Amino acid sequence: MPRPPDARPDARPPLLALAGAGKTYGGGLFHRNTVPALQPLDLVVDGEQPPVIAVVGESGSGKTTLGNILLGLIAPDTGSIRFEGQDVWSLGRAARRGFRRDVQAITQDPFSAYNPFYTVDHALTVPLREFGLARRHAQAMELAAAACDSVGLNPADTLGRYPHQLSGGQRQRLMVARALLLRPRVLVADEPVSMVDASLRATILGNIVTLNRTHGIAIVYITHDIVTAYHVADEVLVLHRGVVVERGEAADVIGNPAHDYTRLLVSSIPWPDLDRRWGDADLRGAGRDAATTSKIQETTP
Amino acid sequence: MSAPAKTGGLVVENLTVAYPLATATVLGVDGVSFTVRPGERLGVVGESGSGKSTTALALLRLIRPPGRIAGGRVMLNGTDLRGLDEAGMRAARLRVVSYIPQGAMNSLNPVKTVAAQMRDAILDHGERVAPDAIARALEGVDLPAGTARLFPHQLSGGMKQRVCIAIGMLLRPQLIIADEPTSALDVVTQRQVMGTLGRLQTETGACLILIGHDMGLMVQFVDRLAVMYAGRLVELGGIEEVFAAPRHPYTRMLIDSVPTFENRGHFVGIPGTTPSLARLPPGCAFAPRCRFAMELCRQVVPPSREVAPGRSVACHLEDVPLAPPA
Ligand SMILES: Nc1ncnc2c1ncn2[C@@H]1O[C@H](COP(=O)(O)OP(=O)(O)OP(=O)(O)O)[C@@H](O)[C@H]1O
Ligand SMILES: Nc1ncnc2c1ncn2[C@@H]1O[C@H](COP(=O)(O)OP(=O)(O)OP(=O)(O)O)[C@@H](O)[C@H]1O
Ligand code: SF4
Ligand SMILES: [Mg+2]
Ligand SMILES: [Mg+2]
Repeated sequence: MPRPPDARPDARPPLLALAGAGKTYGGGLFHRNTVPALQPLDLVVDGEQPPVIAVVGESGSGKTTLGNILLGLIAPDTGSIRFEGQDVWSLGRAARRGFRRDVQAITQDPFSAYNPFYTVDHALTVPLREFGLARRHAQAMELAAAACDSVGLNPADTLGRYPHQLSGGQRQRLMVARALLLRPRVLVADEPVSMVDASLRATILGNIVTLNRTHGIAIVYITHDIVTAYHVADEVLVLHRGVVVERGEAADVIGNPAHDYTRLLVSSIPWPDLDRRWGDADLRGAGRDAATTSKIQETTP
Repeated sequence: MSAPAKTGGLVVENLTVAYPLATATVLGVDGVSFTVRPGERLGVVGESGSGKSTTALALLRLIRPPGRIAGGRVMLNGTDLRGLDEAGMRAARLRVVSYIPQGAMNSLNPVKTVAAQMRDAILDHGERVAPDAIARALEGVDLPAGTARLFPHQLSGGMKQRVCIAIGMLLRPQLIIADEPTSALDVVTQRQVMGTLGRLQTETGACLILIGHDMGLMVQFVDRLAVMYAGRLVELGGIEEVFAAPRHPYTRMLIDSVPTFENRGHFVGIPGTTPSLARLPPGCAFAPRCRFAMELCRQVVPPSREVAPGRSVACHLEDVPLAPPA
């Protein structure tokens, strides 16, 4: 098997690495001309100094596709994904199991992540026992309750309920609790806070950063929200129509954007600051003008 | 109390919504009062479950039984909406009051074209469909006329959301209620959608209520802000005053939890959890999480007091702006 191009004989291979990984979905009923959902890209998730990497982009830009490749749920149709140097798609059974344990997800759709026929504790206690983190059920429940507490959920109001009895925001938080419990080495979090309010968002993002800083878990944070990316990430990738248009240190990319699309993105942030204007025209006060929207460059297809 | 009949716009007084549960009846909205003048934009913020959507649904009289409006008055440009019969209220929805619900873009009918959905909305209200009505409505939200022939799955999220706004604006309503219209959209699309909504509102002089979680969006878009906690309105006032000098400890903490450009990587949530409506503490619902809580707070519900014209606060503290914690 050929080595990944950047592998030095003395260095350990990176925890997770994409090399030229891209994806084009088969032309379905309505897609006669297939456009790549994700253009080939390289990405290294280091295990020695685990980073927080944010992937930012508009709807349909390819974020979830990238996340699913990292999780080993979608095989890239160009390039490769390697876990500790081994191709993820040719892992043996035991290694595959290790990969599944070490690379965990918080999914975008908190409705689909639960089995509607089981109470939500199932989603927490089953993997705990499957991966040998708890021997007895009582021990698993204890760990589950502690994880609920840490994401601002009252265990008594949460465990024992069915998924439909929780709000979207509560389900989302429970997914974060699950990730806290399993202590993976890489966590791919796809829009983990889209359904919660600002104060909770701060709490949960704080939790995620703690996972990184104190438990050494590498985070890939996928979001349409460039503001939270700015606050949590070390490194940012800006995706636009399947292409990484800009990447670099978060403070740099957002404080000093180089690409036109990133610039547009940054100038569109509604800062919670009375002295800052929203983009190039003020939508609030006297500056409300009919031309405002047409002045904004059209970026959606 | 103000004299509502003469003033134009929306006047809500003491609105209360009750949800009977197995063990007790909870108040999803508890004695909420506010006004929105024609052309004005009111933002409504508060934690998940604080009663924002319930307030909107109550204004439209869309609370599902066994839930019910247990009290209060809703006047829109002199018409008592609670006094309308069911048929009158049905006619008023969309024509007089339009509602862009939470997750609206997922509520488009997947098997009908945009044009067909717009035509249905107009016909439903017994109006004729003017030949250019649909093209004009799409133009109003900056969508090409060709969008009319497309199905929802052929549109991006931002386009779908603009179609929903176009439908909501078809009959030039006097009151627009938008419930988190952009929380699933990236900032570029969000800004386009809010620009469109704001321009249509300014053109028609409608009252607008924007429900949301995003304080940045509120600061950039609304004129006045209402803050809800556990079904009650705890603070109300001009966005500049409320944001720069909040009077209620919850508002203070809500603002402090908002990430700004300068404090990168700084996360401050509000400690503690949202109280369960079935087990509210006897006095101020915020007392268990409030660093200023006094004995009085644990016994007496703080009434809403007008501290300046158009500015009210429901808190036992002396009326002073609260500085952020050092
Ligand atoms: N299973 C699939 N079959 C065909 N096309 C797909 C499939 N999944 C995604 N796509 C297309 O690939 C592109 C990228 O989709 P993806 O879900 O990665 O975007 P995203 O950035 O996560 O968007 P969002 O913010 O809406 O979640 C889109 O054009 C989408 O329509
Ligand atoms: N049908 C119902 N039966 C019982 N309680 C309900 C019902 N609908 C809403 N509630 C309760 O009423 C309260 C207010 O809910 P509402 O949906 O208005 O919150 P919200 O402020 O819009 O929250 P979010 O930000 O999550 O949308 C919540 O505590 C909720 O659990
Ligand atoms: S009434 Fe008391 S407990 Fe409630 S917010 Fe004011 S100071 Fe805090
Ligand atoms: Mg996605
Ligand atoms: Mg709501």
